Amino acid sequence: MAQHTVLLVATRKGAWLFHADAGRQHWRVDGPHFLGHSIHHLVLDPRDGRTLLAAAKTGHLGPTLFRSTDQGRSWQEATRPPAFDPAPAGQPGRTVDHSFWLTPGHACEPGVWYAGTSPQGLFRSEDGGNTWAPASTLNDDPQYRAWMGSAQDGTPDGPKLHSIIVDPRDPAHLYIAMSGGGVHESTDRGHSFRPLVGGLQVVDGFDPTDITFHDPHCVRQCPSQPDRLYQQNHCGIYRIDRPSDTWQRIGRNMPATVGDIGFPMVVHPRDADCAWVFPMDGTDVWPRTSPGGRPAVYGTRDAGASWQRLDQGLPAEQAWWTVKRQAMTADDHDPLGLYFGTCSGELWISRDEGRQWACLARHLPEIYALETARVAA
Amino acid sequence: MKILIPSALHSYTGGARAEADGATLTEVLADLERRHPGIRFRMIDEQGRIRRHIRFFAGGSQVFDLGQPLDPTDELIIVQALSGG
Repeated sequence: MAQHTVLLVATRKGAWLFHADAGRQHWRVDGPHFLGHSIHHLVLDPRDGRTLLAAAKTGHLGPTLFRSTDQGRSWQEATRPPAFDPAPAGQPGRTVDHSFWLTPGHACEPGVWYAGTSPQGLFRSEDGGNTWAPASTLNDDPQYRAWMGSAQDGTPDGPKLHSIIVDPRDPAHLYIAMSGGGVHESTDRGHSFRPLVGGLQVVDGFDPTDITFHDPHCVRQCPSQPDRLYQQNHCGIYRIDRPSDTWQRIGRNMPATVGDIGFPMVVHPRDADCAWVFPMDGTDVWPRTSPGGRPAVYGTRDAGASWQRLDQGLPAEQAWWTVKRQAMTADDHDPLGLYFGTCSGELWISRDEGRQWACLARHLPEIYALETARVAA
Repeated sequence: MKILIPSALHSYTGGARAEADGATLTEVLADLERRHPGIRFRMIDEQGRIRRHIRFFAGGSQVFDLGQPLDPTDELIIVQALSGG
């Protein structure tokens, strides 16, 4: 069956689907969906090629999820969205502010999805995203709750559980990350976790052995080499090759004038030595904008031993962009397509693995997340 | 009792007017949920608390307590308190 690439765009004010032609030269824009809703993540199930899940919230109402099984032509609300268990009498309970991250389950478990929330919680659906239940002891474990910290310890719009990774070789092997609260590994389908923070640095003056102080921004597993993971952290860019439990700071090889601070992390689906980041200014008050107002993607083709600046086609000056952790992704074409979206609502594409960039759309709302998928034409 | 629904929740009720029965706000919202599935969780969180930007008014007074008895001849007005930009 003929297929084409679709770019799934989640924004602070709704969602859009950009459908590509075969050359990714022309794009048909479908949207807005859910205009006025904050859509934190929009993901298509690669196992059936048609089920879409959207993590939604409005400023006034509680969080929910919407599902579509016809590529977004119609949507149904989840019957039971992710929600924490009620607290025992007399104890303060937590409430889900929004679902932040969606990950389809293993290929051998159709219908299974995972959701990471703000504040930090892990939830699981076994019916294609219609009903959700707490998935892990970490939601209520006293030690994990201490590591999660309070709302003041998280990102500006709330602490988050993100980067839910299901090992393609083993449905019981998961990784998750929390901002704040570190990177963690499970071998029992997420029921329990243990920290995986060896080698990661924390802000100067704090104790790296205290999980509380760890702030991974985005963790990605290499599909072609699942023992390799890359991470963009609050304190640098890292790589780990399991079974090692020590992360290596490959961001040390970035130019000193640019640094290795940022939010997204993108890996190549077929070459585990290739990865891309979008550096941002992490000096003094942490502007979190492109260093010097000159945006660039940086890519490595040797697993982080060296990095190349990739800015052809991007503004040469006075572009103070912020790209969030979910707002950069790749497709599976050859050569690979790369995409990023800015907080100022611009969508950019490279059809040649970052060498040349072009603007795909302007004037969108603040872009929260991008994903690509193959769908039937 | 009659209920005035804010625009953000019209997707559940199909319009600004709805009806539900019950002796307290808890019971009225439970009946409203039966008639319009999904609507309660958008207003009441999983710990049973009224969400931050939701307000309930009945008989001209704000209702803060879900257990508060309601007069079935009153109209329950649900308001989305505006915030942000």
